[in-house]
Amino acid sequence: MTNKLIYLDNNATTKVDEKVLEAMLPYFKEEYANPSSMYDFSKPSSNAIKEARGVIKDFVNAQSEKEIIFTSCGSESANTAIRGVLNYNKNKKHIITTKVEHPCVLNVYKQLEKQGYRVDYIGVNANGELDLEELSSAIDEDTALVSVMWANNETGVINPIDKVSEIIKSKNKDTKLYVDAVQVAGKIPIDVQANGIDLLGISGHKFHAPKGVGALYVNSKTMITPLIIGGHQERGKRAGTENVPYIVGMAKAAQLAQDNLQYEMTEVKRLRDKLEAGIINNIYNARLNTGVANRVPNTTNIGFEYIEGELILLHLSDIGICASSGSACTSGSLEPSHVLRAMNVPFTAIHGSVRWSLSRFTTEDEIDYVIEKLPSIIEKVTSISPYQKELQQLKELRTKH
Amino acid sequence: MWDYSEKVMDHYRNPRNVGTIEDADAIGSAGSLTCGDQLKIYLKIDENNIVTDAKFQTFGCGSAVASSSILTEMIIGKTIDEVRKITNKDIADELGGLPPEKMHCSVMGYEALEDALKNYKSEGYVDLDEINSAKAPEKMICTCFQVTENVIWDAIKQNGLKTVEEVTNYTKAGGACGKCKNSIQDIIDTYYNKQKNIEKLTPTQWILKVNNVIETQISPELQKDGGDIELVDIKNKTIYVRLKGRCSGCKNSTMTLKNFAQKILQDSLGSDITVVEVE
Repeated sequence: MTNKLIYLDNNATTKVDEKVLEAMLPYFKEEYANPSSMYDFSKPSSNAIKEARGVIKDFVNAQSEKEIIFTSCGSESANTAIRGVLNYNKNKKHIITTKVEHPCVLNVYKQLEKQGYRVDYIGVNANGELDLEELSSAIDEDTALVSVMWANNETGVINPIDKVSEIIKSKNKDTKLYVDAVQVAGKIPIDVQANGIDLLGISGHKFHAPKGVGALYVNSKTMITPLIIGGHQERGKRAGTENVPYIVGMAKAAQLAQDNLQYEMTEVKRLRDKLEAGIINNIYNARLNTGVANRVPNTTNIGFEYIEGELILLHLSDIGICASSGSACTSGSLEPSHVLRAMNVPFTAIHGSVRWSLSRFTTEDEIDYVIEKLPSIIEKVTSISPYQKELQQLKELRTKH
Repeated sequence: MWDYSEKVMDHYRNPRNVGTIEDADAIGSAGSLTCGDQLKIYLKIDENNIVTDAKFQTFGCGSAVASSSILTEMIIGKTIDEVRKITNKDIADELGGLPPEKMHCSVMGYEALEDALKNYKSEGYVDLDEINSAKAPEKMICTCFQVTENVIWDAIKQNGLKTVEEVTNYTKAGGACGKCKNSIQDIIDTYYNKQKNIEKLTPTQWILKVNNVIETQISPELQKDGGDIELVDIKNKTIYVRLKGRCSGCKNSTMTLKNFAQKILQDSLGSDITVVEVE
């Protein structure tokens, strides 16, 4: 319908930075040697891996390069961390996680429950903030692992990881903390040491590296049983010939993300706030689902009451705008977002929830375009809703304030 | 991204007949806010039982809007009797098909239409279906999405559904907590058993029927070879038997069971029968 493309779905995936692609290309063409080989030709590729490991070490502020394991994606990082810790500590059968984790983590726990593990799912309040008291009282002698995402992919709400690790250490010093940091990499600073993190996973394609590469930080005091068995790569913690070009790409992306962190936290945040205000102030049935919660700078989740999200996305797509929805219809699962449900977002808004996620490539013009075009789309979808009476009441209520 | 047909896209982009009818002769609705889609349909019907106007309002996804929109086009100008014959499959076909996971949108259209017609009474019209269904209250199968046994039954019948997953795609039943999946399977089994003209039996009737097959068809054949078979127990579709006389301890007893006894029982009582030998 249109040639325009306004990509506001950066929590789903991001575009590969030109500089990242450029850094990767030599390792496809000239420097294709296996880093483990015993000739000079393999030196550039093995050096590239070594260098990349150093970059990622700095990116998360690990103590040593030895604490970084390269993986194929965020899901692999999560699976390696979770199963790795549990398989190493076979006598412990209790796990704590949150109700709002990403499915790639949540579904691992669902499966572990079937295998006899006891799993506690900690709830969140209406803003999506973690219930730290509930977390504290759930930890016991048998708790092998606590698994908390740093920021939520749907709402952008940041969990206070420093407080989480303090609580854990005060209750059971043998309990390990896994942090799914996929949604914070490149958005806020990551410091595993200052936050007392034992294991942390990231995924390259969420910060302008290509899909198919991730990393796992495992601190030197934490032992894991490897998930993928085979060669000696990654110090025996993850077999498989290193994906040299992608690892190089992710390292380059991490460097660029670090360089742009300030921009992300000021300029991207300014654009996000502008978009948010532009929507909430101009559309009476729009509702900010996260309230005043502390969030990553690029994300906003807005519910449009009495209308359905997929239809909004289809109309947005027709004018070149990409966003995503927590509606049941978009997932194919028939159930709306487990995150918004855990937050008790009212049913009037949950099906019409739209997540907007910006990146450092988002421009002011793009945000202005969305703010200009969205009201007529929402009006069009609202006009066919059977809830006209409720909408009218809502309109009167909101315009009064 | 769903693979929507051109017609679906046209209808959600430019929905026809949106709105309400003030003095409607029949109003029907389906779905709910909680479930994530709701459809309301308004009909104007003249003295010749012809639908002269139809309007709709929909809270739902692209395919829900398209199903509602095309449904109004399909019924305007038709007689009530013609409208009654429309099924969810007709709606989906008219749209050039829907993705399997979205078939429940066409079912919602059908349900709303059915609801509207249920509320409409033309003079001298007797709704036989209503009289029949009035005997028993509708049984709720899926409490998450409020799907009744009748809705599931109709969806199976109209679309030839064979699996629980298909029923979920068409009606949403079983799509949330999943607790009703066994009940859905039972409805599917009952439907196809009825198809095979096997009446629903009480446990006692079922035992008698199994025993009858064993005594009249299997036992006489085994007796010819100096053996015999005896019914020990029945658990649903698993039949436990003991081989007697020459058959017991016979090397070929497994063959006897699998090839002969089980086959005869399956032919008479359904292919899901398993025969197990007990000592």
